[in-house]
Amino acid sequence: MHRTGELYGQFKTLEQQKESATLGMWIFLITEVMFFGGIMLAYALNRHVYFPAFAAGSNTLSLKLGGFNTVVLLASSFTMAVAVWSSQVGKKTLISIFLLLTITLGFVFFGVKYVEYSQKFHHHLVPGKKFDIFYCVNNPAGCPDVDAPELMEESKLLDEAKAADPDLNAHAQLYYSAYFGMTGLHALHMVIGAGLLFWLLKGSLAGRFTPQWNTPVDLVGLYWHFVDIVWIYLFPLLYLIDRHK
Amino acid sequence: MQSPLPFFPEQASNFAGNVDALFSYILVTAIFFTVLVSLLAIFAAFRYRRKNASDIGAEIHGNTALEIGWTLIPLILALGMFAWGAVIYVNYRTAPKDTLDIYVIGKQWMWKLQQPNGRKEINELHIPVNRNIKLILGSEDVIHNFYVPAFRVKMDVVPGRYNTMWFRPTKVGKYHFFCSQYCGTNHALMGGWVIVQDPAEYAAWLSGESGDVSPVSAGEKLFTQLACTTCHVSNGTGRGPSLNGVYGAKVLLADGSIVTADEGYIRESILQPKAKIVAGYQPVMPTFQGLVTEEQILNLTAYIKSLQTQPVPAKGAGVAPATSGKK
Amino acid sequence: MSTAAAAPVKTMPEHHYLNATYGIRSWLLTVDHKRIALLYLASVTFFFFIGGFFAMMIRLHLLTPSGYLLSADTYNRMFTMHGVAMIFFFLIPSIPAVLGNFLIPLMIGAKDLAFPKINLLSWYVYVVGGAFTLYSMVSGGLDTGWTFYTPLSTVYSNSAVAPAVVGIFITGFSSILTGLNFLVTIHTMRAPGMTWFRLPMFVWAHYATSIVMILGTPVIAITLALAGMERLFGLGFFNPAMGGDPILFQHLFWFYSHPAVYIMILPAMGVISELIPTFARKQLFGYHFVAAASLAIAVIGFLVWTHHMFLTGQSTYAALVFSFLTFLVAIPSAVKTFNWVATLYGGSISFDTPMLYAFGFLGLFLIGGLTGLFLGCLGTDIHIHDTYFVVAHFHYIMVGGAIMGYLGGLHFWWPKMTGRMYPEWLARISALILFVGFNLTFFPQFLLGYLGMPRRYHVYPPEFQVYNVMSTAGASILAIGYLLPMIYLTWAAFCGKVAGDNPWPATGLEWKTQSPPLTENFEVTPVVTWEPYDFHNRPDLGLDAVAANGVVPAHGDD
Repeated sequence: MHRTGELYGQFKTLEQQKESATLGMWIFLITEVMFFGGIMLAYALNRHVYFPAFAAGSNTLSLKLGGFNTVVLLASSFTMAVAVWSSQVGKKTLISIFLLLTITLGFVFFGVKYVEYSQKFHHHLVPGKKFDIFYCVNNPAGCPDVDAPELMEESKLLDEAKAADPDLNAHAQLYYSAYFGMTGLHALHMVIGAGLLFWLLKGSLAGRFTPQWNTPVDLVGLYWHFVDIVWIYLFPLLYLIDRHK
Repeated sequence: MQSPLPFFPEQASNFAGNVDALFSYILVTAIFFTVLVSLLAIFAAFRYRRKNASDIGAEIHGNTALEIGWTLIPLILALGMFAWGAVIYVNYRTAPKDTLDIYVIGKQWMWKLQQPNGRKEINELHIPVNRNIKLILGSEDVIHNFYVPAFRVKMDVVPGRYNTMWFRPTKVGKYHFFCSQYCGTNHALMGGWVIVQDPAEYAAWLSGESGDVSPVSAGEKLFTQLACTTCHVSNGTGRGPSLNGVYGAKVLLADGSIVTADEGYIRESILQPKAKIVAGYQPVMPTFQGLVTEEQILNLTAYIKSLQTQPVPAKGAGVAPATSGKK
Repeated sequence: MSTAAAAPVKTMPEHHYLNATYGIRSWLLTVDHKRIALLYLASVTFFFFIGGFFAMMIRLHLLTPSGYLLSADTYNRMFTMHGVAMIFFFLIPSIPAVLGNFLIPLMIGAKDLAFPKINLLSWYVYVVGGAFTLYSMVSGGLDTGWTFYTPLSTVYSNSAVAPAVVGIFITGFSSILTGLNFLVTIHTMRAPGMTWFRLPMFVWAHYATSIVMILGTPVIAITLALAGMERLFGLGFFNPAMGGDPILFQHLFWFYSHPAVYIMILPAMGVISELIPTFARKQLFGYHFVAAASLAIAVIGFLVWTHHMFLTGQSTYAALVFSFLTFLVAIPSAVKTFNWVATLYGGSISFDTPMLYAFGFLGLFLIGGLTGLFLGCLGTDIHIHDTYFVVAHFHYIMVGGAIMGYLGGLHFWWPKMTGRMYPEWLARISALILFVGFNLTFFPQFLLGYLGMPRRYHVYPPEFQVYNVMSTAGASILAIGYLLPMIYLTWAAFCGKVAGDNPWPATGLEWKTQSPPLTENFEVTPVVTWEPYDFHNRPDLGLDAVAANGVVPAHGDD
């Protein structure tokens, strides 16, 4: 019975309704910060204790793929912002175009993520019985996507790390637990975000969003930016800060 | 222990007196406030009880001076408690230099303790009176906690790191120690005795063996000391098989084979418990290799042999009927 | 009752939220906060009796030193599942999700919470989480202790840890959604004239509670998620054998679980702050201080978590700081207590059942709070940490405090929720039984603890038996004290005397509408023109406008 832009029964005015929805979203984002905070603390503590292993783990990640995904996500934040702006000024076609662009960029991110995860799987870098940080160094044939100079470099770094930490493999596994835990949670949030974007797209194609009523676009925008910001933290934490090159 | 409703446990260490004194200080403060607030509430409840159904109370909104007063006074009292407690704690966490160091290993569900000269004990700790003792605590599996109520001390025993605790026993005697961090099934059984001795007695204990006791009774004592009784319950309901009547009998193993329980089998079961598992039981027994001397194995064997005359429980002894052995 | 004797016979209103629609669908798909509160009432009561059953088994087993009833493994499952059922599925949702859900919109003059559908969703999330946990209980049980300490829970336990962890993880989101809903509702849905400092203290308490729920619950969610993944997939964050740190788990766990204590007790304090002014017919003494104390508890409560870990080997300096902060968090609770007692001064005090619960709460919370000092104090904590002293202390806070508040609140608002009164004398007697039974159960445990009996023991040395027998005897009385209200409140909901709109009378907005209320709460949005708990300028309550008892200002003493 509640159609778009209508006042829900519990509210007195549209402003009150919009204010409630926005405040609710911000509070939800605060809980998300606390949620990611817990796992980031676990990461930070272990990185402090097992620095060589974490540095070695970082070095096995692909800076190119990670960097590319960062650019993709930043671009998607921009397109999302344009979509929100379009809904505020009433450019109905632009909303759909930019929502679609945002969704596309989201799927580009998933594609790259898939490549990264499957590489880790082939390189025996998924935590578990088969985990072996030395796998590529010892079995270059098993890792055709890593070229010889990279391998030499990695071998050198791993030897140094091994000298600093005799139990390197176990501790590198902790790094990869954190890597999969954090990026997995982030990816899960992206999947939910993509679902929400499809729902928005359906609404915008039906022409529901007007300058008077665009709360869903606004709130999903907030959520999408938040998920980007999480990545802006994850990228340096996982890919950058332990690299000593 | 003495009165039927005891209140304070025995005081038997350098910390006990001070902890009890601090406890009493907080107790007096707590009782004072409990009585004060209760009396005020009871007084008000009677003095201002409703006399007519439509009466209402006086128009009083609050009093800032009172609010400040009853914020500051408890704060000052609390800070006193904090400071006193901090002094004890810092002292407790900073061991003196001249300590007698004893290594303590907790594992599910027993304690292994080792004197500086290498003498090992299970679930029993002999220490000399009036000497600073430091325990170095490690765990083989989960988190445990070494707790001696009479000394008012405890410390978590955390896997992957060593914790230390220190105290100075001040009274000769025998005191309970407990595991006070929940550690699984037999957490409650994971305790034993601290035996505080005169220095001379302690020295004699440290150098000597058990003395003039028969192998059977020495074995029986060991059997309890090593916590064998935790699992090998005589009525067959324990985690390990009952040992009543086991000596000389045929035993059905988990792999279907049958062996005769002779001295060699008993010795092997003590040192390599996982080698032959009795049918119907889990391989949970820890090895005692290195924890028992040859002599002690002999004593234990003697004791287990003496159980031949005890009644065999209906369930779980693992003793196969003599006729069923086909092989 | 205290209202005029010659009142005409009251009748139930023709239309109200209970008879607005019929059928199972109208309940399971309802978005009415009042009906959702009743759904919660039914489900938390269910878990309360499950947890109570486990408690009874524990107490019966401990009657003798060698324990005659249960095996070690079964006993360990009993106390673990008692803790899980009571804490995550009863205490945390009890007052907020039942009384808070029902009352917050009524108290602030709103038609509903800001997000009614999310409110219903939170109940379903709770039910799904509860189902997982129940599955864990019947499919092998849970024996890790409710604290899930690693590596016992992640590596060594043979029980059904994974479904329980999933269940608690899911239920956490129910708590988050409830807190979010309350915060937004209190911010944006207040009726005209309902300023922040005209809010009932119950609403302030829930505001503070919601902050804790919002900030704390996500942390326990991620912590249990990590522990669960560790158990299922062998990640190593908390496993020392893989280089992880079991103490990190405790930090993350207590970062939520200590503030969770305030999720349980703050709403109870809110209830007491309603009961005492109502039954003393007097303003709450020091309204602003009591409100500020709630917020102070919520904030400082986040900074004391390692006082559960003084003896894990953590740094001495950290222990000093956290002990200091622990003493600080005790102060606002003391301030509240003094303000409640001061409210009695010069009042016109009646002894209706809710007030008896309030008195009971005062006494038990006092003991519970003051015994917290022994535990927050570093020197004494070395001795009594992880003994029965701790068990007694937190039961005084959670059972003596939170449940007394919950039951007091249920009796107070039962006429509003159902439109009918409970049997007064039966209720008074059972309140008394509860108080006596509770003290007999838990006071001996303080003594046991100081004598050195550790927690979670299925057998114990014989010298501890006397106090254990007393405790078990008390528990049997306590059980009767819980069964009675459940029976007569249910009876009263259908067959009790019709209560009328404002039987006590009380000053809150919720009493300005009919009992039980309409689905939309108020026929017209109320406008608030009076201060909270003001009996003097409220001719609509039908009371004498002058103070009795001759206290300043002293006019009209009889």
